[in-house]
Formats: sequence, C-alpha cells, structure tokens
Amino acid sequence: MNEIILQIDGRKVQAKEGMTVLQAAQSIGINIPTLCHHEKLESYGACRICIVEAETGGRTRLIAACVYPVEENMAVRTRSEKVDKTRKVLLEELLAHAPDSVPLQALAQEYGADKDRFEKEPSFCVLCGLCVRYCAEVKKINAIGFSDRGAKREISFIPEIASGNCWDCKECFPLCPTSYLQAAYVLIEALMR
Amino acid sequence: MSRINSPADLENFRKEILSKKDPEKACIAVCTGTGCLALGAANVVAALKKEINKQGLEAKVDIKVDVRETGCPGFCERGPVLVIYPEEICYLQVQPGDAEEIISETIRAKKVIDRLLYVDPATDKKSVRESDIPFYKNQMRLLIGNNIKLDPKSIEDYVAVGGYSALAKALCQSTPEGIVELVKESKLRGRGGAGFPAGKKWEFARNSPGEIKYVVVNADEGDPGAFMDRALLEGNPHSVLEGLTIGAYAIGAHEGYIYVRQEYPLAVENVTIAIRRAEEHGFLGKNILGSGFDFTVKVHRGAGAFVCGEETALLMSLEGKAGEPRARPPYPAVKGLRDKPTNINNVETWANVPLIVNKGAGFLNSIGTEKSKGTKIFSLVGKVKNTGLVEVPMGITLRNIIYDVGGGVPGGKKFKAVQTGGPSGGCIPEEHLDIGVDFDELAKVGAIMGSGGMIVMDEDTCMVDVAKYFLNFLTEESCGKCTPCREGIRQMLKILTNISRGQGKEGDIKLLENLAETTRDASLCALGGSAPNPVLSTIRYFRDEYDAHIRDKKCPAYVCKELIAFYIDPAKCKACMICLRKCPAEAITGGKNQIHVIDQDKCTNCGTCFEVCPSRFSAVRRISGEPVPNAIPEEARTLVRESK
Ligand SMILES: Cc1cc2nc3c(=O)[nH]c(=O)nc-3n(C[C@H](O)[C@H](O)[C@H](O)COP(=O)(O)O)c2cc1C
Ligand code: SF4
Repeated sequence: MNEIILQIDGRKVQAKEGMTVLQAAQSIGINIPTLCHHEKLESYGACRICIVEAETGGRTRLIAACVYPVEENMAVRTRSEKVDKTRKVLLEELLAHAPDSVPLQALAQEYGADKDRFEKEPSFCVLCGLCVRYCAEVKKINAIGFSDRGAKREISFIPEIASGNCWDCKECFPLCPTSYLQAAYVLIEALMR
Repeated sequence: MSRINSPADLENFRKEILSKKDPEKACIAVCTGTGCLALGAANVVAALKKEINKQGLEAKVDIKVDVRETGCPGFCERGPVLVIYPEEICYLQVQPGDAEEIISETIRAKKVIDRLLYVDPATDKKSVRESDIPFYKNQMRLLIGNNIKLDPKSIEDYVAVGGYSALAKALCQSTPEGIVELVKESKLRGRGGAGFPAGKKWEFARNSPGEIKYVVVNADEGDPGAFMDRALLEGNPHSVLEGLTIGAYAIGAHEGYIYVRQEYPLAVENVTIAIRRAEEHGFLGKNILGSGFDFTVKVHRGAGAFVCGEETALLMSLEGKAGEPRARPPYPAVKGLRDKPTNINNVETWANVPLIVNKGAGFLNSIGTEKSKGTKIFSLVGKVKNTGLVEVPMGITLRNIIYDVGGGVPGGKKFKAVQTGGPSGGCIPEEHLDIGVDFDELAKVGAIMGSGGMIVMDEDTCMVDVAKYFLNFLTEESCGKCTPCREGIRQMLKILTNISRGQGKEGDIKLLENLAETTRDASLCALGGSAPNPVLSTIRYFRDEYDAHIRDKKCPAYVCKELIAFYIDPAKCKACMICLRKCPAEAITGGKNQIHVIDQDKCTNCGTCFEVCPSRFSAVRRISGEPVPNAIPEEARTLVRESK
C-alpha cells in the first residue's frame, strides 16, 4: 500500500492509499461530524454532514469525508465559512423531520442551526440508512429496507422477515440517531399481533 | 449469409449489395420511428404496398418501386413523413388515403403532389426535396441523416452506406492505443450531459489494471420530451454497435451492455435484431473480421427512473441492485460494473465514433467551437413552429436553432426563454440568444447542454411556474439518498409553491438561493448538483416576475391560478352566449341580450371564456395583482343593441 501525504487543517498527514479523508483526519485526532457513518458498515455518503472543503489540482470544492479517498497533496479544511454554512443548512433540513433528535440538537448548537427554520414535517426519520445497512451488511437479514424515492423515500420493515427475526435482535435500535426506528418497529409489531 | 472474415470480404459484401440495387428502382422511404408510428405510419406502409399490388406494379418492367420502413428523420411534428428516392421528394403528414395518388401520380406519372409538400408558413413557398425544407436545410445531419435512408432491421442497408468500414479500419489497420489517440485528438466530448472528453475517459479505462473490462451504452434517456437517443438506437442501431465495438477494442473490453429504457420497445427490438445480424455476419462475436478480437453485446432494459441514467446508478441497476448513485471516486473507469474497469458513454457519443475513424480526427475538429467539436442533436419542442429532432454543428446560435431551423414562435407570440439541458437545465432569455451553443457557453449563462433537451417558451409562460414544474419532477425523481438533494429540492419546491399561490414572503428569494447553493455543492451526484439550475436561472433573468408574485401577488403571464381572475367587461360583452355555454364550471350567468357575468366564487380560473370569446369582442379580461371589479348590477345587464 502506497503512502499518501496530504494536509488537513494545515497539518501534514501520512495516510495509506484507499483510506478515506475521514479516517485520515481521525488518525491525527481531528473530529469531523457524521450521522450516517458507522465503522462496521460500508461508507455511504448520504447525510453529507461530514462535508469538508478540499483542494485538489487547483480546484476547491466540497467533498464527503466519509467516502472520499485521500489523494496525494490534497489540502482539506474541515471547518470554514462554507463548510459551516453548508452543515447548518443540512442540519436545519433534517431538523424539520426530527426536531427532538439528540445528536442533531447537539450539532445544531455547534453550527447555529435553527430547528424551526423550515416548516416541520415530523417523519422522525432522517434516512441515514444505519438500520437498513446494518441489517443487510452485518446481520445479512434484510428485514428493513428503503421504499419509494425522492421526497417520498422512507424505511419500512418487511413483515415476513421482521416477524421471525427482529424481536430477538434489535441491534439496529441503538444506532438510530432519532427514536424513530423503535417506534416504527413497535408499530409494526402491534400491527402483526 | 456467410461470415465476413476480413476487410476484403466486407468490401465484396458491400459491392454485392450495391450490385443488386437497381438504380432505376424508386424507393419510398416511410419513417416508422415511434413518432410516425403513433401517427399511423404503419397504415401508410400497408396502403402503399396494397396500392403497388393493385396497380400491378410488381409485374411491370418499366416502373419499379420498393417501400422501405426507416428510422426517424426528426420532423416528427409533420409525420408520417416519407421520402421518395432517387428524386428525394418529401411528403409530410401522409395518410393511407394518399397512397393511391402517390403511386399513380408520383411513381408512375413522375408528378409531384403539391398538397403533400412542405409549405413555408412565412413565405407560402413549397419545398419538393427534403433538403430544401428550411427545417432540414439549416441542420448538419451527420448522425441522424442516414435514418431515412435505411431500414434499421437490415444490416445490408447499413453496409450499403459504408457501415462497418470503420470497424474494419480500426481492427485491422490500427492498434487499440491508436484508436484512443484518435478519439482524444478528435476532441469528442460525451453527449450524455457532462461533456467529459471521450478519449480521455477511454484512456483511463484502458490504463486501469484488470483483465476483464466492460463497455456500456447509456440509453436510459430519462429527460421527459427528449428522444434523440431513441431515434439513433431505433433508426440506426448498427452505427451505435459499430462505435461500441471500436471502443471495446480500444479499451480492451470483450463484453458490452446496452442499457435501454423500458419504455423504448422499438429501440430494444431494433437493437436486438441488429446484434443478431451483426453476430451472424461476424461483426460481433469471436474473431471479428478475422482480427482475433472477440466482443459480445447484451441488451438490458432499464427500470425507467430518471436517476438510473446517472452512470453509477446505471451500473448498480445493471447489477440488479437498487438504482442509486454511489460516491465517485472511484470512477467507473477504475471500478465499475462488478467492480471491473468500465467505460460508459451515451448513445450519441458512441454513434460519433465510426465517423471519426472513417473521416479522421480532423474532420470532427473542423466542426464546432474551440472546445466543443462536431454536431449535437437537440430535441426542439415547446412554442416553436417546427418541433422535432435537430442536429446542428456546435457553435450555432440559439437564435439560428429557434428561428431558422425551428421557424420561430407560432401564433404571433413573443419569445420569452429557451430552456436547455433537461429537467435540471436552465432558462435562457432573449438577450443571450446569440451565444454559440456549446458546453461552455451554455454553462456560462446558467444553463447546461445536458443531453440535448430544448424547450422554447413564449410570453404566456410564467417563469416561477416553470421552476416549480421542473423541481416537482426532480423531487420525485431524486433517489432520495442524500440530504441536500432530497431535502433541498423539497424545501425549494415548497417555497416556489407558496410564491405561486401568492403566499411568498420577502426573503424567499434569498432563502431559495441559500438552499440552492447547498444542494448544488453538497449533493452526492449530479442530479442534486444541477437541480438548482431551473431556480437559479429563472431568478437570474426573471427576478421581476418573482418580485411581482411575492410583492404584488401578481402573475404577469397569467398562469398561476391562485393569482388570477377572469372578468367580462360589460361594455364589450355582446351577450353571444359562447362563453356561457363553454364554461365547464357553469360560473357564467347571463342570457340572450343579457350581459354575461362571471360568478367569481364558482370560477376555477380555467381560462376557457378568455379563449372562446370572439376576438372581435375581446370582452374577457385577465386580472392579476388587482381586485376584480364588482359585477354590474342585475338591472343594468340588459344589452341595448345599437340599431344599424
Ligand atoms: C440524474 C442524471 C441522469 C442522467 N441521465 C443520463 C441519460 O439518460 N443518458 C446519458 O447518456 N447520460 C445520462 N447522465 C450522464 C451520465 O451520468 C454519464 O455522464 C454519461 O452517461 C457519460 O457518457 P458520455 O460521456 O458519453 O456523456 C445522467 C446524469 C445524471 C446525474
Ligand atoms: S444527489 Fe439526489 S439523486 Fe443523487 S444521490 Fe443524492 S439524493 Fe440521490
């Protein structure tokens, strides 16, 4: 594996080829906020909270640290006016769905996000996909999945699979950044009995 | 038919086909592309064949004629289209009932039937030959020009016009590296949207380590209203296959896929037949043309989601997974289908390749602008006289396309904007109509080339409504995976909807711009990355319309239903009863000699009365941004007619 040298927040970092920017940052103790990221799961790059500014080949743009592989000589800024502004808007968009989420509130405080900026549409789910991916990748059960697309996207249990598996597992519950999953499960349990 | 095992075989095959063609024999080429079929082209073909039989032409030696079912020449609006060779007489809007006359007059008596010709609405001049019609005259039809000349189901027709000679040249006279260099030199850029240099992409894929590599044709064509890829795949499938095979050779791939949208059954049929014929003739399969190169192609039907046209989503879908984009890098050229290096290009990009190999990089280079070479096919629709597929050289002005090819805006209306680039394209106003159309110039004015959608809008179009329309499409077609796209579009659409309902607030434009920036810069794929274009471009050029909606609760184009009303001017109403009868909401009261009045509570603002009121009266007024005048009192409604 080749060594790759890059800069994160002005500090030189030695990383290995194939590492993500997030891993490289963590290796020198720089914290980048994440929501949909989980060490046991494949990088997903969906919530975009981990967005950072990266300069490669003379071009500066936003990249998602959790999925973007390190590149030689790239210069990364994990905080900047642009990064903070972007995270703030993303948080506000998610807070419209899950205003009571504890991790979201903590981040909102840090980035000055206003949980009431957008009209509430409490679905309680931020579609981070942790439960879906955990069930598929770690448990290999696929009891829960996404349905529909665009603004109508949601998660749903597949009753035939869930009924035989979920009650004794529930490993995805603590992963949920809102309390939605539990509620949904309880609901479907109730429906099934 | 025996296999073609060498370039010499191919040349002999071509000569044999040509020698069988009787130069005296007339050919009636009828477009049986999807557009003309919908307009009844199949019946026209049947009627022509019946007529030929009825008039006993098959037995005649002095008059010989063939009917050929061809691909789409682009003038779909005037379909069914047919062209009679060798004279190249072009008849439009042909009906089965015209068959008898066509055979007896044009084929037998060599007389042109005037009423089936194209008439220029501006000059009343008729055009006999296809190439004299302004719609065609102002185009440069390198790619779709052959459509009307060949039956897509016949490989002989394709070989007759020089088909597969580029493949022979590439495989037997050039190295794979040489082909990559050639395509790089030609400066061909991808026609699917992003305009990435094709040669450079091929080089990445070629240089990616790995034994197994793939090539893919992107024929998802999800832009509503766009059909250039369909026309190519349906009308000239061998040209795409030939380009693909050359690309596979250059990159080192032995398997290819054509990802076609499910809704294109005829394209699937024609390309499937083309693959079979090409295999039989040795243009596909093992040891192609005796060169030792092996290559096979499979057709895959896409599920039909717009986002599946995005390359990483397409590859997911090809693998049988949910069609959702994934992060790049790694790019498909490094890690694509089944994690193998994969080169994916648009249909039109592939179709350019045989041309480059045959005519040289310099040929493509001689057409277009500095950074965009060759031609581009647009699907020209909306408020323009000649709608259809147009192929023009890069660098042609928007004005040329809209006025010279398209014939301008119909109905004496004023031009307002042209929207290019599909649902996430931008709206360009009059002041920029003289820019030369290429990838970079369109981007500079806030639009995109996209895959070539072009919608002309006239003065009756509300730009807030336009932005709302496209965002509504995008909110449904986004895959919903990432926050800035899913949520950003949702919020922008809400704001636009409020503005169009008269519930806009000061600060809404700022908020839209703020959301647009996040969606554009932070989204995972280019759907989110380009989704704000309709919003940003309309704000940029038509801010006054936004302001009118927000501040004055006025829709200047009288489109947003919640902001308009209809009112019958009592001084002009002649109590003709027309609107009263036509109103679907029964909202109009009145009678003979009774001035008509609209009951504003019942009115649904459908606009029927405005349209049907005879223009000599023009009594119905559209109102927006001001109160509707009170209805005249009942006792004053009796019409006093002036005695003559
Ligand atoms: C939402 C979305 C839809 C797309 N749809 C298509 C499509 O229908 N056809 C196509 O060729 N490219 C489409 N693209 C572009 C492809 O991702 C890719 O750039 C293209 O197929 C590459 O081929 P090219 O270089 O020949 O243009 C789409 C991109 C996005 C983001
Ligand atoms: S930008 Fe939109 S379409 Fe693309 S991955 Fe994100 S949600 Fe899906």
